[in-house]
Amino acid sequence: MYDKDKIIPGLIIFFFLITFPLWYNLGQAAYESPKPKLPVNVKKCIEDTEWMRANHMELLNEWRDMVVRHDMTHYVNSAGVNYEISLQKTCMKCHTSKKEFCDKCHVKVSVSPYCWDCHVAPEEVTNGQ
Amino acid sequence: MSAVYSLIIVLALVLVAVVGAGGGGLHALFGVVIPYVAFVVFLAGFIYRVINWAKSPVPFRIPTTAGQQESLKWIKQNKLDNPSTTWGVIGRMVLEILFFRSLFRNTKMQLKVNGGPSLSYGSSKFLWVGAIVFHYCFFIILLRHGRFFTDPVPGCIEWLDKLDSILQIGVPNIYITEFLIVGALLYLFLRRVCDSKLRYISLPADYFPLFLIMAIVITGILMRYFIRTDIVAAKDLIMGLVTLHPKVPETLGTIFYVHVFLVSILMAYFPWSKLMHAGGIFLSPTRNLANNNRMKRHINPWNYPVKLHTYEEWEDEFRDVLKEAGIPVEKE
Repeated sequence: MYDKDKIIPGLIIFFFLITFPLWYNLGQAAYESPKPKLPVNVKKCIEDTEWMRANHMELLNEWRDMVVRHDMTHYVNSAGVNYEISLQKTCMKCHTSKKEFCDKCHVKVSVSPYCWDCHVAPEEVTNGQ
Repeated sequence: MSAVYSLIIVLALVLVAVVGAGGGGLHALFGVVIPYVAFVVFLAGFIYRVINWAKSPVPFRIPTTAGQQESLKWIKQNKLDNPSTTWGVIGRMVLEILFFRSLFRNTKMQLKVNGGPSLSYGSSKFLWVGAIVFHYCFFIILLRHGRFFTDPVPGCIEWLDKLDSILQIGVPNIYITEFLIVGALLYLFLRRVCDSKLRYISLPADYFPLFLIMAIVITGILMRYFIRTDIVAAKDLIMGLVTLHPKVPETLGTIFYVHVFLVSILMAYFPWSKLMHAGGIFLSPTRNLANNNRMKRHINPWNYPVKLHTYEEWEDEFRDVLKEAGIPVEKE
C-alpha cells in the first residue's frame, strides 16, 4: 500500500464521520420516546388520535387560514361536532401546557413550529414563565 | 433503453418494499436487518475500495494542469492550478472538492457551418450548476436527517433545519433543498436524454443512481407532506438502530419502509458504483500531486533491483575468445 501516512488517517476520519450517530449517542441514557402529558378529564380529541398525530399541523394551518383569511370561526369535525377555531381556547383548553404536551415531541424531533411567534401558551403565562 | 432498464429496476425495488413491508409485514427485516447489512456493506466496501486503490502505485506526477507551472522567476506561476508545493495542492484539492473546479472549466464545442465551417469552444456552466446544486442539497439533506439519529439533537443540525425551512411556507415547512434537488436531478437526467451524444454513452449505471436518488427524494417528500407517517415512531426505530438496541414500532407506515429500503439499496450499491467518486476524488493523481517533477527526483515505485552485467564483467567472461578473434580489449 502506498501513501499509508495519508490514506489511513483519511479512512479513520471517514469512519468516525460516517459512524457519528453511533458514538454521539454513546454514554447517554437509553433513548426514550417522548411521552406528552395527555389531558386528564377528556378522552377524545376533535378528530381521532392517529389522524391528529399525523395531521394536526395541517389542521392548525387550515384553521389559521379559515379564521384570518375567510372569517370562519367554527370547525365541524368528521363526527359532526362543532368547535370554535382557536388554538388557545379550544386546543389548549385540554392540552393546557405547551411544555408538557407540544414541546415533548417537537423537541425530540427538532421541529419548531412558528405558532408561538404570535400565540401565547396559557399555562406558561399563568405560571409567569 | 438503459434508462428504461434502470427505471424498471428502481420501480421493482419500490415494489419489493411495498409488498414486503406493507403487504407481508416484514417490518423487522426492512426496518432493522436490511439497513444494518447495507450500512456494513457501505462501510466495509468503501474502505476496501480505497485501500485497493492505494495498493496500485502512482507512477509519476501527472501535470495535467490549466496554468503556468513554476518556472523562471519572472514568469508568474499559477499556484492553484499548477501547484508545486503541498499547500498549493491542498488549495487545489479544496477548490476541487468544495467547488468542483474541474467541472467549472467545462467547455462545449460547436461547429458552425453557415458561411464556411468554424469551430468554437465556449464555456458551459450548466453541468457545473446542476452538479453543485445537487451535491450540496444532498449533503444538507443528509445532515438534516441527523435530527432522527441523535438525541438530544445538536444545535448545528437544528440550525441547519431552520435555515433550510426559512421560507416558512406550508406546514410542515417546505425545505428549500427539496425543490432544488428535484430540479437538479431532473436536469442531470434530461441532460443525458436530450443530448444525443450523451445519450449514446450513457449506461444503466448512469441512470440507475439518478433514478434511485430521485425515488428516495420522492418518497421522502411524500412522507413529509402527503402520505404522513408517525415521525416519533420513526425516530424510535432509528434511535434503536444507532444505539444498537433495535426495536420495531407498530405505527410506522409502509412509505417509511420504502424510503428506508431505497436508502439501504443506495448504501449497499455505493461502494461498487461510480458513486465512489466521493472517495476517489481524494485519490485523483492529476489533482493531488504537486507538479514538482523538475525539482525533486521521483523514483518509479515498481523499480526492483536489476541484476547488472557490466562491460568489465562481460569482457572478463569472454576475454580469451575476444583476443583470439583479434578484437581489442580494454584490460589485457
